[in-house]
Amino acid sequence: MIPVKFDYLAPTSVEEALAALGEHGDEAKILAGGQSLLPVLRMRLNAPEVVIDLGGISSLRGIRDDGDAIVIGAMTTHHDVRDHALVHEHALLLSKAAAEVADAQIRHRGTFGGALAHADPAGDLGAPALALGAQFVIQGPGGSRTVEAADFFVDLFETAIGEDEILTEVRIPKHTGWGAHYEKFVRVAHQWPIVAVAATVKGSIDEARVGLTNMGSTPLRASATEAALAGATATEEGVREAAELAAEGTNPPSDLNGAADYRQHLARVLTARAVLKAAGA
Amino acid sequence: MTATQDRPAAEIGKDRRRKEDQRLITGRTRWTDNITLPGMLHLAMVRSPFAHASITSVDVEAAKASPNVVAVLSGKDFGAELGVCINAWPITPDQKTPNHSPMPADRVAFAGEIVAVVVARSAAEARDAAELVDVEYDELPAVIGIKNALKDEVLAHPDLGTNKSALWVFDSNEVGTGSDVEAAIETARTDGIVIEREYRQQRLIPAFMEPRSVVVDPTGEQITMWSATQIPHILRFALAATTGVPESKIRVIAPDVGGGFGGKLQTTPEEWIAWAVARRLSKPVKYTETRSESLMAAHHGRDQVQTLTLAADKDGKVTGLKVHLDADLGAYIAVVGGGVPVLGAFMFNAIYKFPSYRFECQTVLTNTTFTDAYRGAGRPEATYAIERLMDELAAEVGVDPLEIRERNWITHEEFPFTTVAGLEYDTGNYEAATAKARESFGYDALRAEQKERRDRGDRVQLGIGVSTFTEMCGLAPSRVLGSLDYGAGGWEHASVRMLATGKVEIVTGASAHGQGHETAFSQIVADRLGVPFEDVEVLHGDTQIAHKGLDTYGSRSLVVGGEALVRAVDKVIDKAKHLAAHLLEASEDDLEYKGGRFTVAGTDQGVAIQELATAAFAAHNYPEDMEPSLDADATYDPVNFNYPHGTHLCAMEVDTETGAVKMRKYTCCDDIGVIINPLIVAGQVHGGLVQGIAQALWEEAVHDDAGTLVSGSFVDYLLPTSADTISFDVVHTDEPSVCTTNTLGTKGVGEAGTIASTPAVVNAVVDAIRHLGINDIQMPCTPERVWRAIQGSKAGGATETPPDAMPHFAEGEANQQSHEGALDQDGAGQ
Ligand SMILES: Cc1cc2nc3c(=O)[nH]c(=O)nc-3n(C[C@H](O)[C@H](O)[C@H](O)COP(=O)(O)OP(=O)(O)OC[C@H]3O[C@@H](n4cnc5c(N)ncnc54)[C@H](O)[C@@H]3O)c2cc1C
Repeated sequence: MIPVKFDYLAPTSVEEALAALGEHGDEAKILAGGQSLLPVLRMRLNAPEVVIDLGGISSLRGIRDDGDAIVIGAMTTHHDVRDHALVHEHALLLSKAAAEVADAQIRHRGTFGGALAHADPAGDLGAPALALGAQFVIQGPGGSRTVEAADFFVDLFETAIGEDEILTEVRIPKHTGWGAHYEKFVRVAHQWPIVAVAATVKGSIDEARVGLTNMGSTPLRASATEAALAGATATEEGVREAAELAAEGTNPPSDLNGAADYRQHLARVLTARAVLKAAGA
Repeated sequence: MTATQDRPAAEIGKDRRRKEDQRLITGRTRWTDNITLPGMLHLAMVRSPFAHASITSVDVEAAKASPNVVAVLSGKDFGAELGVCINAWPITPDQKTPNHSPMPADRVAFAGEIVAVVVARSAAEARDAAELVDVEYDELPAVIGIKNALKDEVLAHPDLGTNKSALWVFDSNEVGTGSDVEAAIETARTDGIVIEREYRQQRLIPAFMEPRSVVVDPTGEQITMWSATQIPHILRFALAATTGVPESKIRVIAPDVGGGFGGKLQTTPEEWIAWAVARRLSKPVKYTETRSESLMAAHHGRDQVQTLTLAADKDGKVTGLKVHLDADLGAYIAVVGGGVPVLGAFMFNAIYKFPSYRFECQTVLTNTTFTDAYRGAGRPEATYAIERLMDELAAEVGVDPLEIRERNWITHEEFPFTTVAGLEYDTGNYEAATAKARESFGYDALRAEQKERRDRGDRVQLGIGVSTFTEMCGLAPSRVLGSLDYGAGGWEHASVRMLATGKVEIVTGASAHGQGHETAFSQIVADRLGVPFEDVEVLHGDTQIAHKGLDTYGSRSLVVGGEALVRAVDKVIDKAKHLAAHLLEASEDDLEYKGGRFTVAGTDQGVAIQELATAAFAAHNYPEDMEPSLDADATYDPVNFNYPHGTHLCAMEVDTETGAVKMRKYTCCDDIGVIINPLIVAGQVHGGLVQGIAQALWEEAVHDDAGTLVSGSFVDYLLPTSADTISFDVVHTDEPSVCTTNTLGTKGVGEAGTIASTPAVVNAVVDAIRHLGINDIQMPCTPERVWRAIQGSKAGGATETPPDAMPHFAEGEANQQSHEGALDQDGAGQ
């Protein structure tokens, strides 16, 4: 498959990339790992005149400790997120979810920032980011701003990133020592989730954060479940009862892999499983 | 000369690594798409987004003005030289067959049908310009789905007056191979068991690895077509028959071909268009499809509704089987389209002694991609139906599914056995295969675990599925094909060329596309001729080299092509013997042939066949009554099909909370006669199993009501990978029942795994949850279907899930807004 012809730019700094973005406006598209953008171009569902590759901007790559948070550069690959010691220690949930993205080849190419900016409602990283209260650092012509996870995901494939802006890094508040599990439900291994549940819990259980993947047009929090779990004991019965609330307020799609009511059922079952595993129960 | 004594005692039975794999796996070889000819032009197709529409106008001006575009042609620009796509197997004399133009000028009948072709200097420019072709359509009502088609309210081809193409019937009572099935059912209704079921064979997509590609070079005396095809010989014949070019002016080459599974057993609109364009422009052209095009417009497989009635006595001895198939041909009757379900007619009775049998097949036309052969072609569908029914019968009688089969199967003493469908099975030993499979599987332990989980009410239930299959393969005795009105024979041809240096070239009319013929055929020749394996070269797939042949499909290459080869080799040995006697000044009667050498009995005098090849080349000294050549040809027409069989056992775990299914163990014991290369056989069995399991669990081509293929990418058409399957337990019977109708004693294995595995898996899934009141899950057994069946809301887990794709690559989503050209002209681009 052959995309429509485009110009290719490879800036070496964020400033240069922003300038190119400013110059070409909505005729330009940012290229991160290309794992979502290239299929779209090759299927000719989109045809930007200019593609701006962030691959040459080394400052966008890597993970660092920043006091009460860890900071993940937008161009850090899924593979690196999965394996990084800081992620293991302070945001285990992200490591678990990154491990479930697609297959090894795609994890070595696809990026954390690219996946979140792409905002596929079935993407595996949105729900954990939301559950962990991630903060998105977005840079534009006028400088940097930080957007809370709850405000970042706007709709299907739509985020708070403006047309002239770039997502540079994501701050993840430390959840040191929290148990975590990402329960992904698929029919074949390399698939996007039909439904997935991201759960991370402190103790057993002082506090719980539960994110839902593919249960609406954006990642969602299972707030009612979280409330019911806070201060509860991690017994199978108790968790299952709390998980019964997981589908409240969700609006999942219906497609070849399942109708909405089935997805809601899955959300409840998978929430119980994810929380129990996260709590080590 | 190589010392023939040094070679291993026997090649046959040896785990030879495939000699073709180095080049196939590294890609350092000639695939059609990497053929580049001087001045070559590239084609892009403009395809209809509508399932049924009149073409009101085709505006090609903008496309013509696009950079480096040489021509833009639509249906009305061609005359008779475009030819037609043929149906080589009209199943009844009154079959309704729509005219199938490679590029219709007036009306399209499925989404993906070609309406125009762009010719440009590069593939990218052709594709860019294809988006600028502005086609106006008047949409017509489309008929999608077998049941809608049968109503004859909306017609796929209004001029035919009906969607019903042909009704093909076999009745054992009429033919004299059995009694009256209606009487058997009647009796069973009052005094026995009647099982009535409707099973759905969902539509599948062959999904070969290498997309289809064609290159045509019209320069030179013969017009040459390279095509990623399974059938270069049939292709050449069809081009000659339909485009007015004499056969002698056509050369077809199937270079290395990356898989087919029946999906490249076709003569395609794309080939015909490339042919016509190259001839029109007098320039070489190339067309390679995209994966999206391949999924949408290369032929699909299966797609049947099976209405089944099984009658048995109270002990579960079957007294009759009645089968009614409704089979979806799609929009046109492809090369063997209607014949595929008919092939199943001979296999519904499987390994059993049924006293009465009736089979009807109603083919219907719909506004969908045309269907044709897909691995197993007719036989997986039949095997699925009967093996599902036998499990249902066992449940009804209350005995183990293996027991119910034993009560009905042909025992090994009863061979040769003429079945109720009229075939003569030469050999088989179902008892031996079942005993071995049962042991290797650990049947009793798994049954005990199943009971334990059931008693405990475990969330995860275990089920065991059985499939004791047989198949007819080695297509096919030409007279049988003639009696079925098939348009060709089923023989195969081989040549052996003894080269001057003693090396050997063999030429086969079979056309390998991943099977490993070069290795297996070399092993056969090495043993039979007595030359080293390394000295044998296998040539195929080029009509200038392999001038006669009927290609590769239907598990035929070894059992038919291999036999032709054996016969050609034997002729070479006969000629060589004559020459040897002359040179050794001995009588032919005193010569012994062993290990590639003729020796004079009782002396140390002898000569190697490779030396004789050199002597024949030099031709300085040879008998008066012989030509100076050892080369020989043979054309072999099989006298019967052959009948591999096997017992497949599958254990599936079903998560009753989510409906998810997981394979726990899979054992198959296949009896395929003599095995030439166990490694190749294992590869065929493993790959075949995965394809059959994929039908049971994952794959389904879905069209929406408008006729758009929803499962149009691998995001939604779920092809499994190695991560989704387990390591299979593949065993064979200790004493194979050797095929009696060919010299080597071999039976086909190319389709066995696919044919056997689908019912084993579904039987296991159903078995896991039968105690919850479930007796069917529709394929593919998605978690949702299983869950719904457990909920009891819908029989068979049927769902009304909207036929929608996941939105990853949906048009017009925020992150992938449409662009000018691609989408705003009635979807004329893709
Ligand atoms: C076969 C396959 C299977 C997959 N399966 C899964 C799966 O199971 N789970 C899953 O979560 N994902 C899956 N993916 C998607 C994968 O995770 C992608 O890597 C990810 O969605 C996009 O990341 P990327 O770096 O490749 O971004 P790209 O494809 O390069 O870009 C994606 C989009 O984001 C924009 N963008 C990228 N970076 C930035 C930035 N810094 N600032 C602003 N905009 C930006 C781009 O312009 C583009 O629109 C799969 C992909 C494929 C091809």
